[in-house]
Amino acid sequence: MTEKFEPKITAFVCNWCTYAGADLTGTSRIKYQSNVRVLRVPCTGRIDFMLLMKAFQKGTDGVIVSGCHPNDCHYTSGNYHARRRWMVYKDLMDFMGVDTNRVTFSWVSAAEGARWAQLVNEVTDNIRNLGPYAEYKELAVAGIE
Amino acid sequence: MSRIGVFTCHCGENIGATVDCAKVSEMCQHIPGVVHSVDYKYMCSDPGQRMMQEAIKEHSLDGVVVAACSPRMHEPTFRRAVSNAGVNPYMCEMANLREHCSWVHEKSEATTQKAADLIRVLVEKVKHNTPLFPIKVPVTKTAMVVGGGVAGIQVALDIANGGHKVILVEKSPSIGGHMSQLSETFPTLDCSQCILTPRMVEAAQHPNITLMTYSEVEKVDGFIGNFKVTVRKKARKLDEKLCTGCGLCIQKCPNKKISDEFNEGLGTRTAIYVPFPQAVPNKPVIDTLNCTFYKTGKCKVCEKVCPTNAIRFEQEDELVTLDIGAIVLATGFKLMKTEAFPEYGYGKHKDIIDGMQFERLASASGPTAGVMKRPSDGKEPETVVFIACSGSRDRSKGVPYCSKVCCMYTAKHAMLYKHKVHSGKAYVFYMDIRASGKDYDEFVRRAIEEDDVKYIRGRVSKIYEEDGKLIVKGADTLMGGEQVEIKADMVVLATAVQSNDRSEELAQTLHVSYDTYGFFAEAHPKLRPVETNTGGIFLAGACQAPRDIPESVAQASAAAAKVLGLFSQDQLTREPIVAVVNRQAGPTFSYCVGCFLCQTACPYQAIEQEHITARNGDVIKTIARINPGLCQGCGTCVATCRTKAIDLQGFSNEQLYAEIMTL
Repeated sequence: MTEKFEPKITAFVCNWCTYAGADLTGTSRIKYQSNVRVLRVPCTGRIDFMLLMKAFQKGTDGVIVSGCHPNDCHYTSGNYHARRRWMVYKDLMDFMGVDTNRVTFSWVSAAEGARWAQLVNEVTDNIRNLGPYAEYKELAVAGIE
Repeated sequence: MSRIGVFTCHCGENIGATVDCAKVSEMCQHIPGVVHSVDYKYMCSDPGQRMMQEAIKEHSLDGVVVAACSPRMHEPTFRRAVSNAGVNPYMCEMANLREHCSWVHEKSEATTQKAADLIRVLVEKVKHNTPLFPIKVPVTKTAMVVGGGVAGIQVALDIANGGHKVILVEKSPSIGGHMSQLSETFPTLDCSQCILTPRMVEAAQHPNITLMTYSEVEKVDGFIGNFKVTVRKKARKLDEKLCTGCGLCIQKCPNKKISDEFNEGLGTRTAIYVPFPQAVPNKPVIDTLNCTFYKTGKCKVCEKVCPTNAIRFEQEDELVTLDIGAIVLATGFKLMKTEAFPEYGYGKHKDIIDGMQFERLASASGPTAGVMKRPSDGKEPETVVFIACSGSRDRSKGVPYCSKVCCMYTAKHAMLYKHKVHSGKAYVFYMDIRASGKDYDEFVRRAIEEDDVKYIRGRVSKIYEEDGKLIVKGADTLMGGEQVEIKADMVVLATAVQSNDRSEELAQTLHVSYDTYGFFAEAHPKLRPVETNTGGIFLAGACQAPRDIPESVAQASAAAAKVLGLFSQDQLTREPIVAVVNRQAGPTFSYCVGCFLCQTACPYQAIEQEHITARNGDVIKTIARINPGLCQGCGTCVATCRTKAIDLQGFSNEQLYAEIMTL
């Protein structure tokens, strides 16, 4: 392990705000670290947190969940459902022994290109400091056994 | 095994400069399921699209990943191209190499690797894609307009002239709205009723317009093109078909001392009444709260005098359900009452009136027949003070916004007063003069320069009564805050425009959003000003924000154009990105256990109950069913479902998990 650790970041973003915001980051040519892989969903309300678990199992070191700001949801209230679900799920994750610092819940609007770059950089740096997320894989394997 | 083609675009230098496209294309060749992978300078160009279509035929591709710009940019382009080559358009996905990779990262090995990763993820997705077909929903070509003011009338006329049926619902006994109460209109000073009543009659006589006055919307079900609206027709207590509108009942009604709403409490009316002489329809209504018969069980004078025996004391409210394709809300506004101003005496001084009361005083059809008489003693007021921004732009009154019309109508009121009382003195207290509109500023200048109205920039702190005069105390901020005291005979408050009573309730009935002040919210403040976030429901006039007549009419015509656009199609085509509930053979029938948690999560009321019945009609199981016409495809129900019975087409669990598994 002489090679420098490069974290794998998975971002679950809504189509209407954060995905468009990330597009704007591109259009504005704002640079950020290339560790992130974006998964597009119609709305943060679509995100089943089992998807996050699966991502960790597949070796993701950090997860970003981002959608429209409260009150700006394209679907009126999907982001509220996501937020509520996350509040509950976070506790469950904590209880199960999953590191909740690995998940960043955020709002990035379609006009916040710079905010997206900043978010990705912050999360990438943070996860790089935390190191690879080996515990979850051990946990998952232990669970199977 | 899938046969997927990957097409990597250089986008000129945009992608090619930082991503090694040739290498990406080569890497993609080795992804299982990919049978063809090429790169090209401009994929979206005609030759690029043709190349793609030829490759689809040559390699019998059943799925396509285009690695180019954002799907928000060119997804429709490539889906169309794929569709023209005979592959279902929803078997095509786009990997966003430009906005999410080449433009935001430096040229490096990692960037090229990221590009390949992005494609790999989408190849996995496409493997799990299923062909989808656009949803067709029929359109009922009848519009409902709620509110019969100038905006509602204009919408109704425009749609009706476009050749479609319109139902115009108005809660009061006559259409006309606030505009019928006005005496004159700015900036032309033409008589309001003279320009409005022909429109009212035209609406009433139009073969495509059905008037439903004295009626209110009770319930709305359904979705764009297919609403089911229940309207409560309040009992007029007379047979409208028999009534000729002769007015004998009104003349003979013994109960004549009821405060008149149309004259803003400045006049009186009878218990059986029409709101004003030019009312459309000109059929009376019995006010059951004030009618002697309903209070004591005796009287029935109107029934005795009616020559056509049209009075029906036993008549009940009627509920009518209508099939409607589009709804236009034009429910208007209300004015803040003088009671809301403690500093101006809580409305207890009879001679402190609001703008609408002044309109009635100035109107030729008003309680004074247009002669300037103050309400308390009927004397001609020698000094009148007009106070603009009464409540508006005042956080303490809960109205931080500008009511927009007050600057103009205050100038108009001052002018009307000066035209009627030549020797009178008119003062206007104002904060700023906001007269932006065609001929508006000129109009205000005319009030100041030609009609000698004294404009004082400042607020009025207090009004109290002394020796039969109203003492108005204020400050003149242009004179360094100097105190001003005016002994007035009458004070007119230009009170704030507020959202109408029960507008929030109506918004909830129709599932449209509204702002903090109860005004209905438009879908986009700039680009979609007359649409709501709910498909098929549009806005016109002051129910959306304070508006003057020209703006209301313009917005009404805009809303009508939207409705006519909707009605120009026989069927609506919708993206098939909708949720579906799993169905399978009995005895399970579906994973759905009928908990209906999804119903509470759905923002669109798209989830209904479906009963699975045996041959004898017994209900075996009740499960959720998603109405594809209402579903907008957010997927909140999918994540909420406890048994994973709901899936979202285009973003299914299978697709998302497949994507994650390749990360």
